[in-house]
Amino acid sequence: MKIKTFSIGGIHPEENKLTHEVPTQVAPLPTQAIFPLSQHIGAPAKPVVKKGDQVKVGTLIAEAGGFVSAPIYSSVSGTVSKIDAAIDATGYRKPAIFINVEGDEWESSIDRSNNLELVRNHPELTPDEIIERIKNSGITGMGGAGFPTFIKLSPPPNTKPECVIINAVECEPYITADYRLMLEHSDEILIGLELLMKAAKVKRGFIGIETNKPAAIELFTHKCADVFDTTEYQVEVVPLQQRYPQGGEKQLVDAVIGRQVPAPPAIPVNVGAIVQNVGTVYAVYEAVMKRKPLFERYTTVTGKQLSKPTNYLVRMGTPIQLLIDLCGGMPEDDNKVLAGGPMMGKALISTEVPICKGTNAVTILSGDEARRQTPQPCIRCAKCVAVCPMGLEPYLLAKLSAHRDWEHAEHDGITSCIECGSCQFTCPAHRPILDNIRLGKSSVMNIIKLRQTK
Amino acid sequence: MNSIIIAVIVLGGIAFVAAIVLYVCSKRFAVFEDPRIAQVNSLLPGANCGGCGFAGCKAMSEALVKESDKGSIENLSCPVGGTKVMSQVADLLGITVANGDPQVAVVRCDGTCTNRPRTSQYVGLRSCAAMNTCGSGETACGFGCLGCGDCVDACQFDAIHMNVETGLPVVDETKCIACGACSKLCPRHIIELRAKGPKNRRIYVSCVNRDKGAIAMKACKSACIGCGKCAKECKFEAITVEGNLSYIDFKKCRLCKKCVAVCPTKAIMAVNFPTPKNVEEKKEVEA
Repeated sequence: MKIKTFSIGGIHPEENKLTHEVPTQVAPLPTQAIFPLSQHIGAPAKPVVKKGDQVKVGTLIAEAGGFVSAPIYSSVSGTVSKIDAAIDATGYRKPAIFINVEGDEWESSIDRSNNLELVRNHPELTPDEIIERIKNSGITGMGGAGFPTFIKLSPPPNTKPECVIINAVECEPYITADYRLMLEHSDEILIGLELLMKAAKVKRGFIGIETNKPAAIELFTHKCADVFDTTEYQVEVVPLQQRYPQGGEKQLVDAVIGRQVPAPPAIPVNVGAIVQNVGTVYAVYEAVMKRKPLFERYTTVTGKQLSKPTNYLVRMGTPIQLLIDLCGGMPEDDNKVLAGGPMMGKALISTEVPICKGTNAVTILSGDEARRQTPQPCIRCAKCVAVCPMGLEPYLLAKLSAHRDWEHAEHDGITSCIECGSCQFTCPAHRPILDNIRLGKSSVMNIIKLRQTK
Repeated sequence: MNSIIIAVIVLGGIAFVAAIVLYVCSKRFAVFEDPRIAQVNSLLPGANCGGCGFAGCKAMSEALVKESDKGSIENLSCPVGGTKVMSQVADLLGITVANGDPQVAVVRCDGTCTNRPRTSQYVGLRSCAAMNTCGSGETACGFGCLGCGDCVDACQFDAIHMNVETGLPVVDETKCIACGACSKLCPRHIIELRAKGPKNRRIYVSCVNRDKGAIAMKACKSACIGCGKCAKECKFEAITVEGNLSYIDFKKCRLCKKCVAVCPTKAIMAVNFPTPKNVEEKKEVEA
């Protein structure tokens, strides 16, 4: 059987999954936890605590600041020391809540027992209740973009979801957090999937996994056969070819069910699919079944020069420096620290930046790995065109952006760019293609927004 | 012979019909253009710099004529032509125009390499706009100049250049026509159009950092820390401190230089003032 993948473009960077076989460790508590108020796309959350307040693990510290927004819960117990600006992953100082850690006292509403309640069909929960619990738990997409999850489950009118696809692709090099989570919590993930299917009122589910994770594919194939055999739900594990950026929502929909999502503002649900990251599915299980809000996540701390790259279950708000110390300390070199993987990650200007809802990895690249080569003139080899998974012409879009020709850039589909970086990765002339496209994309988006408000 | 005559008659006939059609069309579909637009356009400098806010001089002249019909062109100004051209335009259109103060672009950042140490290295596209998306750039200040020279590229009048030693752009006052192109393009909004001032003398806060004092000082020695000493010292209420940042209103400033003396971080700049003689002599003696 031919292994599925998306239809156009894509690259295959070196895998470097250093932590594939490293079991997840629970990271120790920090002395001070920092919670930036904008950990998600949309309006920043509004703090509901003030200096001197006592909080427990799981206490609401900031409520959603708008419709596209998510509340934030404390991951530690202790005293709120201040609400002040702190550097976050964007590199700028933004408002954040600082909590001094004292002990580890949890809210009594959270079910901390380990017994796995395999409740089929969850008769006591209606779809709306599930969505409400997800909304109140502050769950956002855990793959990195940070889109509030409950919105995806309430699709716009005139769209009809037909299936839920679990994004367990993890196509970025180095990152293994999702893989370890799948091996260690497969039952919970399947319950989470069932909850999602119930919330979205669909009967079909898919789990897309790349073939470089054979253990996960095997495990889930068996479990799905066991668990969903007697239910009305049909869940299928789809092994996918190793190809970057297969974890992109639109690429995954293409690979798994063979449908192409049209250009923005269309989203996967326009072709009937709801895509959720596997970490999000686990968080949904915890939120709905255990009443546990989102305050910890699986994160890979990795890098070729780290002495002990490891996967961690880490409380949000933990400074990245603490995790690096746990992995044997920062290697002595002019390193580049990324929040995320090497393809889509964001370079950090400080290691005091805390782990947030979307931090799936901390990657440390040595100066040699990170350094860019001098750009040469474009020779129109069209390699970037061949690898673009969105079927765009990156060299052209980059040129249009550089010349600030927003009109043509918009016409040529710059807003469809998913910023995967395949073009820049493959460019033999080392041109900063994505840098230019990113600038152009944000300018064009602003122009479109202005036009719509007029 | 016969065929030549037929040809001449046929072609002549076609030409005649075409001429009538053209004449009718030119009368029927004629677009009236106000003759004043062409006249105004001939007065404008023709730089097409966009400093007035329109796409070019033609669009500006159309706007001028349209606004003059409404009675006032005060909200329109041509930065290249300045007061001279605007008064000529006003004369032509038969209305009066208030003479605005001549302006100049001012770089509100003093984060030189010595004042503001480099903390990290940026390796991407050398453009301020691109660097601005990656956090604070190569220094710890998230507000100041990024130093890639987007403003230099934006200037059509060769009036702004990077100083290699300080890493900051420098405005050539003689060439700057205050079109505002640099100011519009600067992603950090550190370039401001300010009144040139009498004898080109002006005082301004050369910092836009809104961080709290301690953080701002740590990032840059000459950052404004919002201490408010300047505002207390100013007798003309020209200085306001908002969000840890002081701002001098150039309409109220009387150039007394008292604020310059009290600023603990030397963030307030006084330019084109003569250097006091006794200070110079003292320096010489010390040397």
